[in-house]
Amino acid sequence: MRPARLVLAALALLATGGCSRVEPWVKPYERENLADPIMSWDRDPISSSYMLHVYESREGARGAAGAAGGGCGCN
Amino acid sequence: MQLIRRIALLVLLPFAAVAGVLPDDRADLMYHYYDGGGVTIDGPSLLVRKKFAEKYAVDASYYVDMVSSASIDVITTASPYKEERTQYGVGFEYLRGKVTYTANFSNSSENDYTADTASLAISQDMFGDLTTVSLYFTRGWDDVTRRGDATFAEKVDRRIYGVDVSQIATKKLIVGLSFETITEEGFLNNPYRQVRFVDPDAALGYSYEPERYPGTRTGNALAIRGRWYLPYRAAIEGDYRFYTDTWDILGHTAEVSYTQPIFDEWTFDVHARFYTQNSAEFYSDLYPRENFQNFLARDKELASMTSMTLGFGLAYEFKPGRLEFLDKAALNFRFDRIHFDYDDFRDLRVTGVPPGSEPLYNFDADVIRLFFSGWF
Repeated sequence: MRPARLVLAALALLATGGCSRVEPWVKPYERENLADPIMSWDRDPISSSYMLHVYESREGARGAAGAAGGGCGCN
Repeated sequence: MQLIRRIALLVLLPFAAVAGVLPDDRADLMYHYYDGGGVTIDGPSLLVRKKFAEKYAVDASYYVDMVSSASIDVITTASPYKEERTQYGVGFEYLRGKVTYTANFSNSSENDYTADTASLAISQDMFGDLTTVSLYFTRGWDDVTRRGDATFAEKVDRRIYGVDVSQIATKKLIVGLSFETITEEGFLNNPYRQVRFVDPDAALGYSYEPERYPGTRTGNALAIRGRWYLPYRAAIEGDYRFYTDTWDILGHTAEVSYTQPIFDEWTFDVHARFYTQNSAEFYSDLYPRENFQNFLARDKELASMTSMTLGFGLAYEFKPGRLEFLDKAALNFRFDRIHFDYDDFRDLRVTGVPPGSEPLYNFDADVIRLFFSGWF
């Protein structure tokens, strides 16, 4: 239950934060470099999810892989 | 649980008020190859995704592992074997305003193990699209059986709770933070693996007994990453992950990567990854006697170890002449060399020495990914 509570607490903070208007300090027209495909967290999901599987099958640690994550269903 | 659901709904409502973008239609076909420590695994992998009305997207995946194993565990306590694992996956995404709802399901099966996994995720762009917050929950149901033993049937129940935040920090820097809790309950060890214990009556000076793990495991992982667009057209990324669990494993993972486009069509990637962990609390390479403690493990995944990866990738992007339905295509080749080094897992292929004084085990693995991607 503890992880669920932590997630809910994080959610509550983020949700209430969304009520106040934040002026974006990087304007949409200033995001040319960030929009470049080389700035993607995960350019090729088929490839990154495979490497996750390689590591998770051979190391004790797992999880928190960001956009490439989600668990591999392997032991 | 009912209360938790209601609170979750209330908290999620403000997110539903504000527009993201679904990824492009794309198909990838990959050949993967792993060779290391006496194990060779290769096979195809396919991933196709298609969106509809800019609001809905579906994806489907197919993945095969063809395993040929003569690993150190296998050659010291069993016989080399071949097997195949097949995994199917389907996913659905719905974009409403700035919120993306995702549902995924996958099924993995091999002759002695099946795993069904379902996950739900919600992702929201906020603060002028500078921040993307994702929450996900995954549930897994595994069935474990044992070849040659029709009476053996065990289960594993898995739950994963995750939060992921991606933040645009400057015009050239994006940072990410992820937290994930994984809880597992059921039969968590390998039904074939053995541990060894000192046995003066045995010819080798030791004998084997089946390993025995606790029935539960909870792990927490926290990762932070940053990707920076350099003053010229290239990107560098740094990642760090901290992991800890109820088996007393503590792991650190650090990775750096560099991406360099060359001319218009080529992209070159190079990366290095370092991983270290201490052993599980109940792990031992050699127990002093049979049935020494409640829980027994000699899985090198639970040993004190390090791994070091060096790898590179080369991508060539082009407009296919004959496949006119494709907007663009890319060919990718990636190679990684991983060195695994164990601090308390010994190489039992070496005999004729006192038990516990065999050399420590290490091995190198080569990993190849060759894939074709088409955007349509």
